[in-house]
Amino acid sequence: MIMLIVFLLGTFFGVILCNGEVISWFRIQEMFRFDSFHMYGVIGSAVVVGAIAMLIIRKIGLRSLQGTPIVIEPKTLGRGTVYGGLLFGVGWALTGACPGPLYALAGSGCAAYAVALLSAIGGALVYGFVRDRLPR
Amino acid sequence: MNFFASFWPWYITGPLIGLYVPVLYILVNRHFGVSSTFRDICAAALRPGARYFQYNWKEHRWRLVFVAGIACGGFIGGGSLRVPAIAQISARTLASLRNLGVADYATLIPGDLFSLGALGTLRGILLAVGGGFLVGFGTRWAEGCTSGHSIHGLATFQRASLVATVCFFAGGIFSTYVLLPLILRLP
Repeated sequence: MIMLIVFLLGTFFGVILCNGEVISWFRIQEMFRFDSFHMYGVIGSAVVVGAIAMLIIRKIGLRSLQGTPIVIEPKTLGRGTVYGGLLFGVGWALTGACPGPLYALAGSGCAAYAVALLSAIGGALVYGFVRDRLPR
Repeated sequence: MNFFASFWPWYITGPLIGLYVPVLYILVNRHFGVSSTFRDICAAALRPGARYFQYNWKEHRWRLVFVAGIACGGFIGGGSLRVPAIAQISARTLASLRNLGVADYATLIPGDLFSLGALGTLRGILLAVGGGFLVGFGTRWAEGCTSGHSIHGLATFQRASLVATVCFFAGGIFSTYVLLPLILRLP
């Protein structure tokens, strides 16, 4: 049942990315050129709404549907955050798509983005093999 | 129905995306994030030998279900939006891209750079295959992407995510102003 809800939420997320033009290569170019507020508005208001909702969850001590306490998963800061972040940024501007939009664009039937998605999976595969030799 | 057939302003799109952070914590008690599924897919489908892939991906099955949904949503949403988006894009960006030789402005994606035909060109390969590879490699190295770091991480006040987001933009700006003009000069 929960998996069905997760699937439907994912489906709606894909629709949001399309209707909100987040999947648009032009919008991402516009963002990196600081020519429009659109993408900053999208990301900024998402952060604000997410932050307020998480503060409310903490305040009222809301639990997950499984009854477990909601604990925010920590993100660790390391050199990988910087190097990996820079590489992802380079790729984001070239494809005009971060991971969510890659799935949405591949699903929309765009062959070039299906290839880009496979290449991203390949990138994760290669990372898995060279990980121990990289600074993290 | 009209709502789904039109583009939404940022103040509809952004808050809807932001709600995924609390909703996923409530539903599965996990953080909103997409790029970890690249690793899951490798582990589940290819069973690579590297230690990085020796973990129980089935514990994170919800993420795979979620991204399968995103692809499905792209199928629904992408189909209803096959309309010119150019009216909405800033004139300055359009002028810059015209100068760089981008020719197709009919949809949300420039077909001369991203299409089956473009995959037969050097620049098309560099953009889709090269760019895609960096998205996968970079997000795994940074342990997060726009959703995990820039939205979930910033919404939960995490320093690593602030650093990551600054780096995403530094890389993106370098790519836009330095790499893209070089790549677009290729055949």
